[in-house]
Amino acid sequence: MIEVKDIEKSFGDARILKGISTTFEEGKTSMVIGQSGSGKTVFLKCLLGLFTPEKGEIIYDGRPYSGLSDDQRSDLRAEMGMVFQGSALFDSMNILENVMFPLRMFTKQSKSEMADRADEVLKRVNLEDAHKKMPSEASGGMQKRVAIARAIVNRPKYLFCDEPNSGLDPRTAIVIDNLIQEITEEYNITTVINSHDMNSVMEIGQKIVFLKDGVKAWEGSNKTIFKTDNEAVTNFVYSSDLFKKVRQMYLEERQ
Amino acid sequence: MTYLHNIGTYFMMIGQMFHKPTKWSVMRRLVFKDIEDLIIGSLGIVSFISFFVGGVVTIQTALNIDNPLIPKSLIGFATRQSIILEFAPTFISIIMAGKVGSYITSSIGTMRVTEQIDALEVMGINAVNYLVFPKFVALMLYPFVISIAMFLGIVGGLAAVIFGDFGTVDDFITGVQLDFIPFHIFYAFLKTIVFAFVLATIPSFYGFYMKGGALEVGKASTTSFVWTSVVIILLNYILTQLLLST
Repeated sequence: MIEVKDIEKSFGDARILKGISTTFEEGKTSMVIGQSGSGKTVFLKCLLGLFTPEKGEIIYDGRPYSGLSDDQRSDLRAEMGMVFQGSALFDSMNILENVMFPLRMFTKQSKSEMADRADEVLKRVNLEDAHKKMPSEASGGMQKRVAIARAIVNRPKYLFCDEPNSGLDPRTAIVIDNLIQEITEEYNITTVINSHDMNSVMEIGQKIVFLKDGVKAWEGSNKTIFKTDNEAVTNFVYSSDLFKKVRQMYLEERQ
Repeated sequence: MTYLHNIGTYFMMIGQMFHKPTKWSVMRRLVFKDIEDLIIGSLGIVSFISFFVGGVVTIQTALNIDNPLIPKSLIGFATRQSIILEFAPTFISIIMAGKVGSYITSSIGTMRVTEQIDALEVMGINAVNYLVFPKFVALMLYPFVISIAMFLGIVGGLAAVIFGDFGTVDDFITGVQLDFIPFHIFYAFLKTIVFAFVLATIPSFYGFYMKGGALEVGKASTTSFVWTSVVIILLNYILTQLLLST
C-alpha cells in the first residue's frame, strides 16, 4: 500500500502539486487521471522517487520515503516496476535480455534460473516466441507487453505505468489493460497508472484519482465516476461524445 | 552562468561515475562491448589517416629542405618528432572526438530521449556509472591506438621517402633514431591518457544531460565535438608548457 500525505512540488515559481493526499491499495489498479498539465507525470515521478516533494510524505508499506537512507531507497526502488509511455526497452538487448535485465542487476541467480523466470513472465504476457527479437523488430503492443514483463520479472510490490495505452489501437489497448489488471490481482501488486484514456479508466479503474491544476479534485472508482456531480470530472469525462451518450443512457435507465 | 552550471554538473557527473558501482558481472560485458565499439572500431580509420598524414609530413619536410648543407636524415627526424609529439596524440584525438565522441553523445542521448535512462534510474541503478564508466575503462586502452598511429605515421613517412624518391631509406631511419629522448614518449602517452579521459567524459556529459528529441541529439553531438576539441587543444597547450618547457 502507498499512502500519499499532502505532497507539494514546485519547479521554480511554478507550483505543480499543491497538497495531494490519497492511498493506493495493493491488489487494485489505481488510476491517476486529468488533463495534460494537471501534474500527473510529476505526481508519478514523486511516487517513483525521481522527484522529491518539498512538503508532505509518501509512505510505502509503512516506510516513509524521506526517512530512508540511500541504500534503503535503492532497495525500495528494486521493489518497483515501471512501464514507460514509450516502453523504454534497451535497444542494444533482445527481448529476453531486456526481461532478464532486472534479475541480472539485483539477484544472484544463475543464468538458467534467470532465463527460466524470464521465460515464465514472457509466457504470462503471451510472448512465447519472441525471445530473440530486438525491440525495433517488435510491434507497439508487443513492446508494451515486453515492458510489462520486464517490470514484473523481479516480483515487484509496486507497479507504475505511464500512459500504457498511448499509441496502441483500441483492441490492443484492451489486451494491455486486462493484462495489467490480471497481474495486479494475481501477484497482489500496488498498481498506479497514469492515463487520460477513458476506455482504460472505465475498464480497470478500481480506484480513480482526478487531478486538476495540481490539486486532487475528485477520488472514486469506475463505478462511481458516472454518478459524480463534480463539474471538473464531468467536463473531463464527457468531453468525448461516446461517454456523453453512455451517461445519457445511464441517466435514462435510472429514471 | 550556464557555463559555470555545466562545469559544476560535469564534475558532479565524474564523482557519480565512481559511486555505487554496477555489478562486475554486468560491467564486464559493457566494458568489452565498449572496447569493441570505441577502440577496435577506431583502428581502421586511425591507421588510414596516420599512414597518409605521416607520408604528407615527410613529403612537405623534404620539399622544404633545399639547402644542400642540411642532412637528408632531418626528414626522418622531423617526421618522428611531429608524429610522436603532436600528430598522433593530439590530431588523432581531435579525429576521435568526431568519431567516438559523437557516437557516445548520440547513443547516450538517444537513451535519454527514449526514457531508457529513466528506466535505469527507476530500477535504482546508478545510470552514470552504468553508462559512462565502461567507456572510461575502454578508453584507457586509447594509448594502444595512439602507439599504432605513431608506428604507422612513421611507416607512412618511410613509404613516402621510398615512393617519392626524397632520400634513402638509411637516411630516413638514421633521422628517426637521431637524438631520441625517451621523455617525449612519456609526454605523448601522458597527453593521450588525459585526452582519453576527456573523450570518455565530455561526450557522455552532453548525451546524459541533453533535453528534447531527435533534433537535440544531433545538436548535442555537434556541441560535444566542439567542446571536446576545445578542451583537448587547451589541455595540450597546458601540458606542453608544463612538461616540455624548461
